[in-house]
Amino acid sequence: MTADRRAGTATASAGTGRGGPVPVLRTESLTERFGGLTALNNVSIEVPRGEIRAVIGPNGAGKSTFFNCLTGVLRPTSGRILFNGEDIAGLPPHRISQKGIARSYQITNILPNATTLENVRLAAQSRRHGWSLLTHYAAFADILDRAHAILAAVGLADKADELAANLSHGEQRNLEIGIALATEPQLLCLDEPTAGMSAAETHDTMELVRRISRDLTIMIVEHDMQVVMELAQQITVLHYGEVLAEGTPAEIQRNPRVLEVYLKT
Amino acid sequence: MSATPARTAPLVAVEGIHTYYGKSHILHGVSLEVKTGEVVGLLGRNGVGKSTTLKTIMGLVHPTEGVIQLEGRPITRLPAYRLAKLGIGYVPEDRRIFRLLTVMENLRTGLDRHGVAESRKRELLDKVFQYFPVLAERRNQAGGTLSGGEQQMLAIARAMMLEPKIILLDEPTEGLMPRMVSQIREIVGALHAEGVAILLVEQNVPLTLEASQRVYIMEKGVVRHHAPASDLRHDDAVIHQYLGV
Amino acid sequence: MTIPVDQILIQTLNGIVTGMILALVASGLTLIFGIMDVVNFAHGELFMLGAYVGTTTMVMSGNFWLSLVVATMTIALLGAAIQVTTLRPLLGRDPLTTILATFGISLVLQNYALWQYGPVPRKILEPFTGHFNFFYLEYPWYRLVIALLSAAIITALYLFLKFGTYGVWIRATTQDRIMAAAMGIPVPAVHTIVFAIGSGMAAASGVLFGPLIGVNHAMGLDWVLKAFIVVVVGGMGNLGGSILASIFVSLLEAYASLVVSPAQAVIVSFVALILTLLFRPTGLFVPTPK
Repeated sequence: MTADRRAGTATASAGTGRGGPVPVLRTESLTERFGGLTALNNVSIEVPRGEIRAVIGPNGAGKSTFFNCLTGVLRPTSGRILFNGEDIAGLPPHRISQKGIARSYQITNILPNATTLENVRLAAQSRRHGWSLLTHYAAFADILDRAHAILAAVGLADKADELAANLSHGEQRNLEIGIALATEPQLLCLDEPTAGMSAAETHDTMELVRRISRDLTIMIVEHDMQVVMELAQQITVLHYGEVLAEGTPAEIQRNPRVLEVYLKT
Repeated sequence: MSATPARTAPLVAVEGIHTYYGKSHILHGVSLEVKTGEVVGLLGRNGVGKSTTLKTIMGLVHPTEGVIQLEGRPITRLPAYRLAKLGIGYVPEDRRIFRLLTVMENLRTGLDRHGVAESRKRELLDKVFQYFPVLAERRNQAGGTLSGGEQQMLAIARAMMLEPKIILLDEPTEGLMPRMVSQIREIVGALHAEGVAILLVEQNVPLTLEASQRVYIMEKGVVRHHAPASDLRHDDAVIHQYLGV
Repeated sequence: MTIPVDQILIQTLNGIVTGMILALVASGLTLIFGIMDVVNFAHGELFMLGAYVGTTTMVMSGNFWLSLVVATMTIALLGAAIQVTTLRPLLGRDPLTTILATFGISLVLQNYALWQYGPVPRKILEPFTGHFNFFYLEYPWYRLVIALLSAAIITALYLFLKFGTYGVWIRATTQDRIMAAAMGIPVPAVHTIVFAIGSGMAAASGVLFGPLIGVNHAMGLDWVLKAFIVVVVGGMGNLGGSILASIFVSLLEAYASLVVSPAQAVIVSFVALILTLLFRPTGLFVPTPK
């Protein structure tokens, strides 16, 4: 099973400082303080290439802050964020996006008055060609092809010419994932991708994530435990800004400290 | 005409509620009820819609489908200030006390109602200061200068000023030290002893099971399980399934 | 070039007088914005209509103080009517919608005044004339009285907000209208009352200022512009700030008109506005949020 093979690779390369492949993401003592509040405290994690990593934790654990530091929305107070070995902590969001980290948001960020295809095409364009005011977009056939391919990957191929505002909520969230994909990321950060979805839509999104995970490393913040347990190969549990536990879904489900935190027993 | 139906009719009945935030479909048909004087727990993981359920009952957000009844009369799309007057008190998740008003002024927002005698107002204040002596000490301090636990006390005290029939409590123990958590537990008990019904949303499972008579457990926008608290205290399997990891 | 001291003193007094009247207008504006997030572009027209109602009542009764009261009450009612019919349905919508609505109302009111009263400016007679001695200078009594009266009205407002029963309701609704509603405060009614109070205060300024300038249908425009500058400089929604800013800006203009013409002195206000927006956008007199 693909999942087992990847899990094996993950455990083999976890904690490898030298030798073995460079992890896609490694944070070293990542700390974020806002005045008196420490949102992240010495968070050190490592995500190997190709893994699906879920980040879970109770309210206020620091999950969103973590993503915000990764994607440049927040500048960390201290610590390093190594993306493919390069420290990106404190870089502005557009630079981080260029380096290959993409993010989908909890509140949908699509352009409602553009078509589904245009939404994805615009994102795809950001990766290629510089300023060219006079060339018609249709001339960039490669970008159009890529946009169509992404729409197919997120299951919106038949809605290409539909205005994004007319999509259902689940379709909009999937479009958002498509937009993130169009920037050709190596690391895709999904922030509560199934929030506000019905059971059927959640199932579709899970299938989507499985499909696209083949060539990508994915980090996902989720509250829906069913999604987390079925999708994730490794889980990082945050609590009050610190890493409480890390492990496979089975390990986390049995971890007494995690149970204590979630059930407050 | 039998008096029994009136006695067993619920104080608050929620049926088939669907609530959206924009396009996000948060509640997919929630149904629950709270009887007069009962403490009912509402458990579930983050993001399942517990807070949204309370906000819908309080009229802060309107459902697209479904009915809410208070003592048998429909209140589904009434504005929040009408519901407060009808006897629903609300203590939100982030407390939301009026930071620039003093403790006393915070209490007055609920106390200064029409048709309440001055003597009754004084009684209410005395009672609340008995429950929360720290608020009496800080009565002229601005709400924003209080500690987290004190703000939680103030938020509950403020709701009590309305003399409500039911208080909707949203995660009152979140972020509080253990000592304050037990204080909250006592307050819930005291309110119950006075006959005030409570719908308690919490992440603290043991506290909820201890304080409540019945418990609903939500998942992904619907109620998935409903049992007397006494049953759930020993049903680890259900607890783990819906609330664990 | 030296400026004679007595001119500086006179301008100081003028600045304070103008500042107090501006404060009356601006505090209504900032109160309305603070509680319901409405940028009331019709505020200047409420000022203007207050002055006109003042002229009409003066003509009928000859009593300045009666005119003041009648104008304030009438325009307060008008404000309440406008809020209930036009602004209450727009609560919670895109702020641009309310801006357009109040702008539209301002146009309607301006043209109504033009139609009703004609284009010739009117005058309100000062209730009393005469000067008092300020050191070795003479300064008109009336100006001093309107400054004191404005200060009295603003103080009354402050006391009402701080100590009155409904004052607490207004302050609570301004801070958190959701929780105010959850406490049983009838938020829609509070909004209407605040709009009425703000309108009444604008009308009162119109009558008080009437004797100093001509009353015409366009007099609101200058004043609402100044009021907006003052509200931004003082901090949007900050009552104390807008009062301080009114006096500050008016003094600046008064001093500036010693060296340049009054028409050019207005530039000073805009400079103050730009500097505030650049360096202390939450308001000069508001502590910078961390």
